[in-house]
Amino acid sequence: MQPSLAILEPQLIDRILGEAFTLIWERGVRVEARAAKELLSSSGARVENERVHIPEALARRCIESVPRTFSLYNRVGEPAVNYGENHVQFDPGSSCVQILDAESLEHRMTQAGDLVRIVQVAEMLPQYAAQSTAVVCNEVPKDMGDMYRLFVVLQYSNKPIVTGAFLPHSALAMIEMLEADSGGRAELKAKPRAIFDVCPSPPLHWSEFAAENLVDLARAWVPAEIISVPLAGAASPVTLAGTIVQHAAECISGIAIHQLAQPGAPVVWGGAPAIFDMRSGITPMGAIETCMLNVACAQVAKSLRLPTHGYLLGSDAKIVDAQAGQESGMAAVIGALGGINMISGAGMLDSLACHSPEKLVLDAESIAMAQRLINGIGSQTETLALDMFAKAGEQGDFLKLPETRKLFRQEQYIPTKVIDRSSLHSWEQAGKKDAFARAKERVKELVAAYKRPELATEVDQRLRSIVGEHAEREGAVALPQL
Amino acid sequence: MSRGLFEQMKRSIIEGDPVRARELSERSLVEGISPLDSINQGFVPGLNAVGEQFEQGEMFLPDLVLAGEAMKAAGAILEPEIQKAGMARESLGRVVLGTVKGDIHEIGKTLVGTMLAASGFEVLDLGVDVPCERFAEKAKEWKADIVGVSALLTTTMTGQKGVVEALERYGLRPRVKVIVGGAPVTQSWANEIGADGYGKDALATVALAKSLLGK
Repeated sequence: MQPSLAILEPQLIDRILGEAFTLIWERGVRVEARAAKELLSSSGARVENERVHIPEALARRCIESVPRTFSLYNRVGEPAVNYGENHVQFDPGSSCVQILDAESLEHRMTQAGDLVRIVQVAEMLPQYAAQSTAVVCNEVPKDMGDMYRLFVVLQYSNKPIVTGAFLPHSALAMIEMLEADSGGRAELKAKPRAIFDVCPSPPLHWSEFAAENLVDLARAWVPAEIISVPLAGAASPVTLAGTIVQHAAECISGIAIHQLAQPGAPVVWGGAPAIFDMRSGITPMGAIETCMLNVACAQVAKSLRLPTHGYLLGSDAKIVDAQAGQESGMAAVIGALGGINMISGAGMLDSLACHSPEKLVLDAESIAMAQRLINGIGSQTETLALDMFAKAGEQGDFLKLPETRKLFRQEQYIPTKVIDRSSLHSWEQAGKKDAFARAKERVKELVAAYKRPELATEVDQRLRSIVGEHAEREGAVALPQL
Repeated sequence: MSRGLFEQMKRSIIEGDPVRARELSERSLVEGISPLDSINQGFVPGLNAVGEQFEQGEMFLPDLVLAGEAMKAAGAILEPEIQKAGMARESLGRVVLGTVKGDIHEIGKTLVGTMLAASGFEVLDLGVDVPCERFAEKAKEWKADIVGVSALLTTTMTGQKGVVEALERYGLRPRVKVIVGGAPVTQSWANEIGADGYGKDALATVALAKSLLGK
């Protein structure tokens, strides 16, 4: 049995969905892209100015055509991320703009080298099933930022990638790059390597660019992940239940646009729902209510048998300190128990503004423990204890038993040296290091052990030429040397 | 008599009750109390109290926003009377406000506008996704003293620089001051782009606006 956490009563889920369907029909959703509006209106939605009123029956039909499960594939074509059911996987947070300098503790603007380092660390940690286009490369022209980040990750990783297009037209260039990486359009469709985050603007608004993205991704059969970001009390109702209604309405309206563009194309019910901090005005990613919202939104999706995504493990702390550990550890456990298929956000500090490779290795320990938790407690042996008691003798010397040697690695997650379980004496002898100091060492070890994947020459050339064309358009800018 | 009413006016702001603030404003006119006195001795002390408690962490953003709304409700009744009587509530200055092009974040910018207006500034809120030129056009047309530019994304922050440049092109600098704000914005960014100040939150922005205009 996979231990799980349910925080909504079935009747409450029904009421949430009921109000979400009422919202998209009675209040309507602002959709700015003409193609998306036409898809909706020609299928029975009522369009008044920029608001599209979507009937429940149409929305339900679109929900029905969403694939219940699908996979993302690694470079060699093996399924490495599974969406749907109760699969739980993690990837680093994405699109961050600053990085914590582990020596000076300053937050500084990120560059391509920082993205490379984060990708290298995440590549080495099995807890991250996928990479993300984690940080912005600030030295690269803004208009080619999205595609350049994907280019870097494709160069340095074999894992699936959670990415996104946040600038007009970048999705198409990025799809072209993925096609090159997969060996063609049909190959990419059959074995998608990446999924694209697409963000509605709260409340209930699909900007021209986001709605177009949904349509483009659906038609290319490249998986899309709807990232609804209601902020309870500011950009959505203050009650958690009210915020979950808005999240559902935004996801359902996005699914409608997406599925009308291409029925059966893969799409995920996802988001970064959070509360709004009433003192500072930030969105606290480390808040317990943010964890609750993520699990509850996934629970609503699960009632519809849809694949799920959430945004957790980001901390509001500014350095990798006790607060960062507390918030991210708690979130890893709650998200895993929620059975959320993909949980983004590891490595992040300062309410998603800052990344840290050191935090990424610390979070990997929380993730490993959370995964151990949801693996649950099974019965590995014929009798649970009786046979081992018979063998252990009067003294109960269980350490000697072959079962112990055989089974301890399955029964226990063995942490890396980032987690200190040594004696006081050994800890003192090793320099009295705290978790951050140990994480710094581990990052250095991982980066030293990392090996860059070898891209096929034609793939590499194609990727470089796509990026090169865009650099040319930006005025022949010099790109960073990787 | 009016002292009791002023106290209730102060309470209506502290409790964030626009309905009550409007009622009290109407009552003050019936009772012949000077609208200027109602503002300055009744409602403004309420706003100051809210500001102080927010600074101390005892009040929160919703308290601040609702206090601003209550202030607005009182102003809607009292301001026309002040003008009719040929009196003038001293304007602290004119502020043109907006979120930069490409950015549709509204919350912080609107809160700043509410607090500036509640504190006695005249505010023209241009909304979100505002092109740089439009800030300059409106600042010129409306004879603004300050232009406030919000940006919530690192990708749109550069628009704040664009606004400073547009104001220069319109020949409005350095007379028209520029205040920048938003999650990724820092004092050093403000310095770098030649803005006159960085408002870390709504109340700090009010204090900054006052000090820039020597109030």
